[in-house]
Amino acid sequence: MHTKVIKSIDVESVRKQFPILGITVHNKPLVYLDNAATTQKPLSVIDSMDKFYREYNSNIHRGVHKLSQLSTSKYEKSRQTIQGFIKAAEPEEIIFTKGTTESINLVAYSYGLMNLSTNDEILISHMEHHANIVPWQILCQKTGAVLKVIPINDDGELIMEEFYKLLSPKTKIVSIVHISNSLGTINPIKEIIDAAHAVDAVVLIDAAQSVHHASINVQELNPDFLVFSGHKVYGPTGIGVLYGKRAILESMPPYQTGGDMIKSVSFERTIFQDLPQKFEAGTTNIAGAIGLAKSLEFIDSLGIENIASYEATLLNYATEKLSTIEQLKIIGTAAHKSAVFSFVLDCAHPHDIGTLLDMEGVAVRTGQHCTEPLMKRFGVPATTRASFAVYNTYEEIDVLYNSVLKVIKLFS
Amino acid sequence: MSEINELYQQVILDHNKNPRNFGVMDDATNTAEGHNPLCGDQIDVYAKVENGKILEIKFKGAGCAISKASASIMTTLIVGKTVAEAKGLFDDFINIVTADLSDKCDTLELGKLAVFCGVREYPARVKCASLAWHTMMKAIQKSELDNAPVSTEDMEITI
Repeated sequence: MHTKVIKSIDVESVRKQFPILGITVHNKPLVYLDNAATTQKPLSVIDSMDKFYREYNSNIHRGVHKLSQLSTSKYEKSRQTIQGFIKAAEPEEIIFTKGTTESINLVAYSYGLMNLSTNDEILISHMEHHANIVPWQILCQKTGAVLKVIPINDDGELIMEEFYKLLSPKTKIVSIVHISNSLGTINPIKEIIDAAHAVDAVVLIDAAQSVHHASINVQELNPDFLVFSGHKVYGPTGIGVLYGKRAILESMPPYQTGGDMIKSVSFERTIFQDLPQKFEAGTTNIAGAIGLAKSLEFIDSLGIENIASYEATLLNYATEKLSTIEQLKIIGTAAHKSAVFSFVLDCAHPHDIGTLLDMEGVAVRTGQHCTEPLMKRFGVPATTRASFAVYNTYEEIDVLYNSVLKVIKLFS
Repeated sequence: MSEINELYQQVILDHNKNPRNFGVMDDATNTAEGHNPLCGDQIDVYAKVENGKILEIKFKGAGCAISKASASIMTTLIVGKTVAEAKGLFDDFINIVTADLSDKCDTLELGKLAVFCGVREYPARVKCASLAWHTMMKAIQKSELDNAPVSTEDMEITI
């Protein structure tokens, strides 16, 4: 592998591309640090969707008229952009979904129901988002399979020895988050994928928090499935991606049935479309797909390695600065960590912190982050989470720091 | 943080730091458990009710400042009241945190409940403030057969 030269990010010119970053909240400039929940959208994404609705809105794969051909062509070109972004072998391996949650459900219901039976095992980890827990629980209830959970250590890292102990020929599916939304932990997914394949398990990687923070090449990484959402990668809501290897996707039955996913229907029998349309029943989120492609082009325009490098400096700065606050405890101290800074304060509950930071214009997430088992593991009812994106600045972290000091002052 | 003083008034900060009637009551006649699954807030309310009168009331639990202070203030207002009077205070409280009573908030008409006037401006925090009150109502009204915990997700709160 060649090493790329890291270029610095011109954050001011990046910020100019995001109209929302200029607004004020409670008469304070917006300091948006809730990027792990959803990122803001650059003009290129907003404009591309606006243009679709203004200039060529029409349904895809149907009409022979000009607009339909144009929207079909843009939609399929977006699929190719996504293919290129994660280095998939073919565009047919990219399935458009509503988002990460639907992508995981699709795999659980379609692949899972067809392939799992009593006493088979599904392996997840203690740091999974509810979206990567509940679909597998339901699948276990339906098939008699058993859900196994890889434990984590106090830093919020997977205990790999335990992973190897849990992995066995009974393991049929390993479904693991690449980067934890609550802790920022970057998991060793290549090692997990290779080990799982050695026992013939298929692997799903939840990349909802990673495709915009880390360069991903699915052919090198070799997961069987990889899923992510548009709205977390500077793209629109309501669109997401399921990447799957062609042979596996072809073996799977449709998840939903209806229009656009069939070749022929009679009352006796239906012949389904080939990939990818087999999994895209009904009219899909066309504008969303177009917007998502634009968001990935935005990431490419900056270079994902450059973004990752810049975000790492933001995280380091935040960690150094806020660690000096005695009452503050960081939740998630993995050696390999992405741009998520979760913390608790001795004197104030996360919801009080969230409301008080909001009054300073600072948007953070407070609560359990859809990872209730993880909160129990750390013995906290909830955390406050600041999460960074490429448009955040050192000055914004200073505002966060000063606002946290004000919270402490109020409560002590 | 000038606007925030509306919500985090000194009374609320004080009750958060030094909650009144905090702890378990071993000889309670009525108890109920409340839970807000969205944020993990949890509260147990214990009451001693005799002849329709609330002789003693205590609470225990973990939560944010708003929920803790609200529980503490609730116990100080409810103790010594009849069940019917407690229901009246509950209705007043819910009105204060959900409806526009700004006229009343400016007067002393609401008494101690007036500190919760600020909550209405923060819809995300209404459930924090009302958990203890719903749990109290559940405790004093319930029969022995009815032990299901209160959840903020079952509450009919219009915000």
